[in-house]
Amino acid sequence: MPLFDQLYNFAHWLTQNREEAEDLVQETYVKALKGFSSFQLGTNFRAWMYRILRNTFLTSRTGLKATMTVPLDSDEDGPELAVEHETPETLLFERSNREQLQRTIDDLPVYFREVLLLCEVEEMSYQEISETLSVPIGTVMSRLSRARKTLRDRLRPHPQVGTTTPAIAKGTNYGL
Amino acid sequence: MVCESWKEKLDTYLDGELQDQDMRTFDVHVRTCPSCSADALERVQMKRAIQVAGKRFTPTAEFRSRIQKSIATKPRRSFQLGWILATAATVILVAGALTSAYLGNRSARDLAYQNHVLSEIADLHVETLASSSPVDVISTDRHTVKPWFQGKIPFAFDLPELKNSEFSLLGGRMTYLDQAPGAHLIYDVRKHHISVFVFQERSVPARLEEDSVAPKKLSFNMETWSQGGLRYFVIGDASAADIDSLAKLFKAGS
Repeated sequence: MPLFDQLYNFAHWLTQNREEAEDLVQETYVKALKGFSSFQLGTNFRAWMYRILRNTFLTSRTGLKATMTVPLDSDEDGPELAVEHETPETLLFERSNREQLQRTIDDLPVYFREVLLLCEVEEMSYQEISETLSVPIGTVMSRLSRARKTLRDRLRPHPQVGTTTPAIAKGTNYGL
Repeated sequence: MVCESWKEKLDTYLDGELQDQDMRTFDVHVRTCPSCSADALERVQMKRAIQVAGKRFTPTAEFRSRIQKSIATKPRRSFQLGWILATAATVILVAGALTSAYLGNRSARDLAYQNHVLSEIADLHVETLASSSPVDVISTDRHTVKPWFQGKIPFAFDLPELKNSEFSLLGGRMTYLDQAPGAHLIYDVRKHHISVFVFQERSVPARLEEDSVAPKKLSFNMETWSQGGLRYFVIGDASAADIDSLAKLFKAGS
């Protein structure tokens, strides 16, 4: 079946639950078969399938709960500056801690998690992600940039407890 | 701050999303700037870590079977998606039946593995051709396509010289078979697209017959062999003779 493993992996990341992921994938295939007439030949089949899956997720109970916070698609963070010594990346690889990375991705807001996974795991182009998420490419770029920054911030060891990025810790829209 | 304007675009550069001219300019800069090259290296490592960590969940065999059954009972198979799914399902079923006869003395487990691998290869082929951007590196030049895989897959392989042949290279992309990275090349012969997959032999879970050729009755013609520690698959809807010709070019060139 086309995209079966990839869609399941993405669904599980979104729902964070095996049974819900299975339901989501099943519903996606059913909808795809029913609605194939809406698929325009020559357009991106993969993005179309992921869009169905994502839209189905967003209207599910878990999806609605996960997306209570709406992302603010402005790019107010400014450019990231180089870090001279310890960086989240080097620390990550020193510890070879894939599980920690997975947990950190799990904890990202769903809007960050999905764009990061579509880019890095599914290796979608910005254009494909834009079609999948139904947002402009500029939004894809800014959301991706902030997702990566948040991930790096959260992987960076904090000298004191409770010093996480304030916007994210408070769960405000600005953080998203 | 040094290179601030470059660093703003670093992720876009590493995602391969800058314009061609900007990509070239960035290439030159990164090679000559220690700060940006160190930053780029770290971010590439992070990208790879996310890529590996992101391939985390695998559907159960029971769920796969359930979905296949539920799709098989859907009435609207005349749609193209139905056709694609039906083709893949046919490949799985027919491959199962015919390879059982072909490899009569193999254990049931090996056969199940082999069917799984062959059907996955057929799925990868169909899925890629269904995409509007089937290749990530678009080039007819093997000297462009081969280096593109450098650093992306943990092995090297040779692409055959196509002079005086009817085949033309369209490009390539990375692919995965049971979480193992590999190369996927797409060739064209008389408007038929043929996929060539290359994986490390040890990463292919099935013990496949040497030089096994899938029978002609399959929806796709397929050929697979092992050479130099690598496992090759050639698959497409072109004639068996074309598949064989392309396979021979690879065998001679590897």
